[in-house]
Amino acid sequence: MAASPDVSAASTDSAAGAGIRKAVVIGGNRIPFARANGAYTNASNQDMLTAALDGLVARFGLQDERIGEVAAGAVLKHSRDFNLTREAVLGSALSPETPVYDLQQACATGLETVMGLANKIKLGQIESGIAGGVDSASDAPIAVSEGLRAVLLELNRAKTLQQKLTAVAKLRPKDLAPNAPGTAEPRTGLSMGEHQALTTAAWNISREAQDELALASHKNLAAAYDRGFFDDLVTPYHGLTRDANLRADTSLEKLGKLGPVFGKSLGDKATMTAGNSTPLTDGASTVLIGSEDYARAHDLPMLADIVDSEAAAVDFVHGKEGLLMAPAYAVPRLLARNNLTFDDFDYFEIHEAFAGTVLCHLAAWESEEFCRNKLGLDKPLGAIDRSKLNVNGSSLAAGHPFAATGGRIVAALAKLLHEKAAAEGNRGRGLISVCAAGGQGVVAILEAR
Amino acid sequence: MTDSYLTLVNSGLSKNIAKKLGLPRPAILRRYHPGQPLVPGPVLLIGSSAGTEALATELLAWGLDVRRHAGPKDKLGAIIAVLDEVSDPEDLAEPMLAVGSSLRSLLPGGRVVTISRPASTADAPARAAARQGIEGALRSLAHELRGGATGNGILLDDAVDAQAPSALAALRFFLSGRSAYVDGQFVLVGSPQGELPADFDRPLAGQVAVVTGAARGIGAAIAKVLHRDGARVICVDVPAAGEQLVKVSNETGGTALQLDITGETAGQKILDHAHSRYGRLDIVVHNAGITRDKLLANMDEAKWNSVISVNLASQLRINEVLLASELFPQVPQVVSLASTSGIAGNRGQTNYAASKAGVIGMVAASAAAFAERGGTINAVAPGFIETEMTAKIPMATREIARRMLPSLQQGGLPLDVAETISFLVSDAAGGINGQTLRVCGQSLVGA
Repeated sequence: MAASPDVSAASTDSAAGAGIRKAVVIGGNRIPFARANGAYTNASNQDMLTAALDGLVARFGLQDERIGEVAAGAVLKHSRDFNLTREAVLGSALSPETPVYDLQQACATGLETVMGLANKIKLGQIESGIAGGVDSASDAPIAVSEGLRAVLLELNRAKTLQQKLTAVAKLRPKDLAPNAPGTAEPRTGLSMGEHQALTTAAWNISREAQDELALASHKNLAAAYDRGFFDDLVTPYHGLTRDANLRADTSLEKLGKLGPVFGKSLGDKATMTAGNSTPLTDGASTVLIGSEDYARAHDLPMLADIVDSEAAAVDFVHGKEGLLMAPAYAVPRLLARNNLTFDDFDYFEIHEAFAGTVLCHLAAWESEEFCRNKLGLDKPLGAIDRSKLNVNGSSLAAGHPFAATGGRIVAALAKLLHEKAAAEGNRGRGLISVCAAGGQGVVAILEAR
Repeated sequence: MTDSYLTLVNSGLSKNIAKKLGLPRPAILRRYHPGQPLVPGPVLLIGSSAGTEALATELLAWGLDVRRHAGPKDKLGAIIAVLDEVSDPEDLAEPMLAVGSSLRSLLPGGRVVTISRPASTADAPARAAARQGIEGALRSLAHELRGGATGNGILLDDAVDAQAPSALAALRFFLSGRSAYVDGQFVLVGSPQGELPADFDRPLAGQVAVVTGAARGIGAAIAKVLHRDGARVICVDVPAAGEQLVKVSNETGGTALQLDITGETAGQKILDHAHSRYGRLDIVVHNAGITRDKLLANMDEAKWNSVISVNLASQLRINEVLLASELFPQVPQVVSLASTSGIAGNRGQTNYAASKAGVIGMVAASAAAFAERGGTINAVAPGFIETEMTAKIPMATREIARRMLPSLQQGGLPLDVAETISFLVSDAAGGINGQTLRVCGQSLVGA
């Protein structure tokens, strides 16, 4: 069931099945993002998600409240964390009677939790929801090798001493090496960065353009912190009060000195550095959403409507498209369904997995050839005004704890739209785009209240 | 932050050793718990004025065991001396000596409370002398009390009688465990304003309070006590203190508002938060404060200015916003944190003492404007309170400050400051305005 573009016409009747009503962003809370093996080295996913939830509870006075549903997830997940979000809720100040589910959609996890819960609210199934995500690259799960795992399972099944000895005898020294998680795609063996390096080179994105985008991300995020924008979006954790990756004093000169880390085989066309790629990051984010009735009944703010969302996937395995280019396909579909063009948006939040990812998308949407051949459009989607892009910084500066990025973006964009609406009296829109491993992407529209 | 000496001299073998050696033996103070009796024993009421009789009726209505004369073996929970009609120094001898003859009967944690009128320049010299004399006598008497007993006084303006709501509220406060660390102090009831609560254990029921600097120490204790007493609490602190602020907010069922109170828009942000989330604002506690100690000869501009900005200028600015706001029918009851450093001064604290003495001046000068809009504004001046801040004072200095100087021979707890604030912001204290009340165990050292 797709949301009507004119959601204002939808019924506000709260009874389930009575039609589609609005879902609104009430606010958010996240902990500052830390670089891997930094401030949160000893914090687990559950610790960080609980802290982000407790901060949200404190901000909105939700102590002991039963929320309609909480959905969150992590990309790097220990097998013991099968009920990660439920465990975090049980450790939080929320009512233990709050139902919960875990969700996993790579880097789109956070955004998809918002959209899944928003849809339940729109359908009248729940009144309130908390969406979230968390990831720890520091406390990542390490698995035993397949060889050792097979031996251990066989040992477990063995009944006699003879059988046990036979099982153990199959063990080889190489089986003792653990498997650490990586960002390599299982079907190509290439890391995400190597994939993006190919796409970046294919679109002829220059090193300078990538460094400029990275610089803007740091400058915008630092300025947002300085003017207190994050005072009601971020709660300090483990002594960290701002995102640890933020370099307010970086410059094109400093970024220009870094050597390439991805696509080195491309020689002169190797442009992707540690400065214009996101680092491995630890962090958690949460977003409180609800029906209009819920927000009014609890005297809570309504920052933005959650209008609609769209997912897409691309065939990167056979080289038909770049790994992280799925949002390029999701966005035109979402715009068409909602009868909107780029001109109808005040802000664009395009997740900066790599500077190259953002710039490839901008180039694709401006390309007549791409829009005609790949998207089937008769003219290009158009250019995005760079002054509307990631205006409070994005993942290059803040860092990117995979599942936590969606919540970071939704809460900050909703606040930004609401502030603009309050100041100018208009109801602006924002477009969110998040790429994900496996050739996927989720995009969404928020509209100011 | 714990006072291990206090524990030592109150338990087992070490208690006897301390006694034999004649070491100071601070008592474990009688502190308030909801539902506990107001006083630990019968109340001796001394006085012969019309006010005394009326007060006796009130005390009986509270369910107290009121005695007009003490038997030789009676153990007393409190002694109340009503001295509202003294007009000559010679009038003091009889009631004061009557108090004296019963002091040895006072139970541990007992209370002595005088009720009298403030001396003024309009009085005949003899009457002014008698009235002022009471203050000297009570303060000295308080120094003589042991076993955690305290002595405090209520001053009734000439237009206020002893059964005025705030006079009764002040009396209950001084009798109760809420005033455990208030000793040797006078509170002036300046008007018959105020309304007694339906439930004295939940005097702030239904009210909404803002506490600045709520993340830790005294601020966290204030948030907890206001919540215990029935208020919903908006916990304010700087964004950097957010992690602790979350804990306090979730413990008190309140909301966390991360805010730098020195910002130009801080007052408006507080008002907007209260208005949008709660639709009302009844109480504001200006607790946030910092120290940047240096001898004046070594003081720099940054240290001076930051202390004045946080401890004083921010409060002035927020008060202006409160007074000018149309969001609420009446302005809130405000309490501002002063310090005994602002009264007695403290070496190395010229900037801090300026800010805290400034607070005392500010509340006195703001009282009329707040009264006009239905509110009150008072200050509380803590002495040596056991906090993270005072734990950093060098050991020898700390021991002198907490042991030798206060009559109660110990530091106070953040809770003690919070209890006094909760009393002053209650509707019952509506007749108390522009005052500074010390919570110092009758000492002059603190921060």
